[in-house]
Amino acid sequence: MAQDGARRLLAGVDAAARRLGLRPGMSAAHAGALVPGLHLVPADPEADAAALARLGLWCQRYAPIVALDPPDGLLIDITGAAHLHGGEAPLLADLSARLERTGITARLALADTPGCAWGLARFGEGGIVPSGDAARVLAPLPVAALRLGFEAVRALQDVGLTRIGQLGDKPRAALRLRFGAEILFRLDRALGHAPEPLTALAAPETPRVALRFAEPVGARESLERVAADLCVRLVPELERRGLGARRLDLVFARVDRLDQAIRIGTAGPSRDARHLARLLAERLALIDPGFGIEEAVLSASRVEPLAERQDSHLAAGPQAPDLAALVDTLLVRLGAARVYRLAPVESDLPERAVRRVPALAAPLGALWPTDLPRPARLLAPPEPVMAMAEIPDAPPLFFVWRNTRHLIARADGPERILGEWWVADAEAELTRDYYRVETEAGERFWLFRDGPMEAQGRWWLHGLGEA
Amino acid sequence: MPPPRSPDVPTLAALRRLTDRTGAGSEPADTRTLPFGVPGLDAALPGGGLGLGALHQIHEGGPRGRYAATAVLFAGGILARLDGPVLWCLHSRDLFAPALARVGLHPDRVVYCETWRDAEVLPAMEEGLRHRGLAGVVGELTRMTLTPSRRLQLAAEGSGVTALVVHRLCAGSAEEPEPSAARTRWRVAPAPSEGTNRRMGRPRWRLDLQRCRGGAPGAWIVEACDAQGRLAVPAVLADRPAAPERVQHRAAG
Repeated sequence: MAQDGARRLLAGVDAAARRLGLRPGMSAAHAGALVPGLHLVPADPEADAAALARLGLWCQRYAPIVALDPPDGLLIDITGAAHLHGGEAPLLADLSARLERTGITARLALADTPGCAWGLARFGEGGIVPSGDAARVLAPLPVAALRLGFEAVRALQDVGLTRIGQLGDKPRAALRLRFGAEILFRLDRALGHAPEPLTALAAPETPRVALRFAEPVGARESLERVAADLCVRLVPELERRGLGARRLDLVFARVDRLDQAIRIGTAGPSRDARHLARLLAERLALIDPGFGIEEAVLSASRVEPLAERQDSHLAAGPQAPDLAALVDTLLVRLGAARVYRLAPVESDLPERAVRRVPALAAPLGALWPTDLPRPARLLAPPEPVMAMAEIPDAPPLFFVWRNTRHLIARADGPERILGEWWVADAEAELTRDYYRVETEAGERFWLFRDGPMEAQGRWWLHGLGEA
Repeated sequence: MPPPRSPDVPTLAALRRLTDRTGAGSEPADTRTLPFGVPGLDAALPGGGLGLGALHQIHEGGPRGRYAATAVLFAGGILARLDGPVLWCLHSRDLFAPALARVGLHPDRVVYCETWRDAEVLPAMEEGLRHRGLAGVVGELTRMTLTPSRRLQLAAEGSGVTALVVHRLCAGSAEEPEPSAARTRWRVAPAPSEGTNRRMGRPRWRLDLQRCRGGAPGAWIVEACDAQGRLAVPAVLADRPAAPERVQHRAAG
């Protein structure tokens, strides 16, 4: 509820109030008449702005450049950052789930331009717009989705132009003459014909160093040197505060104000300038310097306490490999989900016997049962084969896999494995009789029958090789 | 009677020293080796074992070359007997870690990275080879040409980390890998085990050392890696008075 002169107006309503027919902009007296016992809270725009800024800083977990879009929006530039979250769709799903958990109602849209995402989040259904699809997606939306002022929207509506799609085929000169430059400007930004710089939020406590250049730079080697320079300057700042960087954002301010950013993450806190610079260099290829870069800002957007202990590169002998440096480089290059260690899981089902653990996790010391031979390659899913056994429960005499017949010379089994009914109901029925078999040539395979022979159990090939 | 040797004429040994220093000789800079414990095999390798800090190629013979299941275990057994972490660059998701643990490679020692394509495997391997202290780097590749193999060999020499390339033959790729700068090239294939009464015995492999810089190619039948990654000489062959013989000599080099 906000004060507008003598009138008290609704500034915002929650979902329950919206269902009762209340809308922002209604007078408080009108609302009180519609809904007896309505709970009104005085609007506090300053607190709202502060909360939005806090949310914006939190959103930097997804990408380095986050801009405020007051009073109730945030713009995130995820260029080059989506891969750290497994892609665009997983990123959006993660953001949505986290917002929902904290009780924030939000509509998310992801598009080529901030303008298109803005319109889609406010006037459309949100979601991901495939690259190059902005014009098609925006066409059915009302013209207000172009971020136009109230006057401009009304002027357009007065002549029957209500949808963005209707603007596209009108002569530009006529539009400009009749409605002014704003409409074309907004349309161009939404469709990506005109650039839209975002002003990145910055938390005051983030360790940060910047370099300004007298002449714009652009060459790859210059950028590498700049990154290395910035790392060297950032390290004392981290040292002074007893911190190590877990994530670095390097933002290049281009002369045309279209900032470019790269982000790297580390598996553990680090203050090693050489190591950090190398990680940044891995991703510098993503930077498009355009007509030149005039400023570079490096910030440690995520830090962790790190005790005094450096010079790991000097101290590293053959007995103390610096695995963290290697793992970090691979993480930056491949993405976090693609570098890991494997650890045992207590499960009889071979496909469940392995789980992933972080590459730098402390040694677990756990092993799989060592008395059972296991195949070197596990087929997932198992492939159906035709097999023939003389008598029930005897190993097969031969099997046919991918049109090749394998005569079995030696075999061991069965090793019976039962489904884990506590994992899934359907598994209560699951029975597998595993046979290890060796062909005449000595090749070893892992076969199983998914039921007793009398019950027409089928044969499957599950593994190759054996240790 | 031979003429007395003049002090001005360089001896063969002196020449060797000279070529060694200029790097033109075949003598590797890193002379550490890892013996296999199979006498005939170790004798064929320069230095009495597999050269460490070098690139080795392993491919699997037979129709299942695509899976290279035996080759993987051979590589695992070598790394099991070295100290330090291992970087394993995967080609697909079918590697079954419990089998590596069975040949002595503890899961705590292995960092996997999912590099699905050759173009990703090679740089990841090179990155791993720059980090001293690793026991080794394994890369599953469908194809390795001369230039990348030289890069890997140089990186391995530089850091002393052993590089193992496990070839995964794919449809259309040649049966035998292309020439490369690898120190050795192995062809590994399963061999019939000594089972009695249709029961299976300890798995056996046929190892072909197809190329070996400074060594002699040859082929051997061995018992597969045990829980410490050690190969063994099949008992029947070990009983013979002579050391285990090469199965057959193949023209390779």
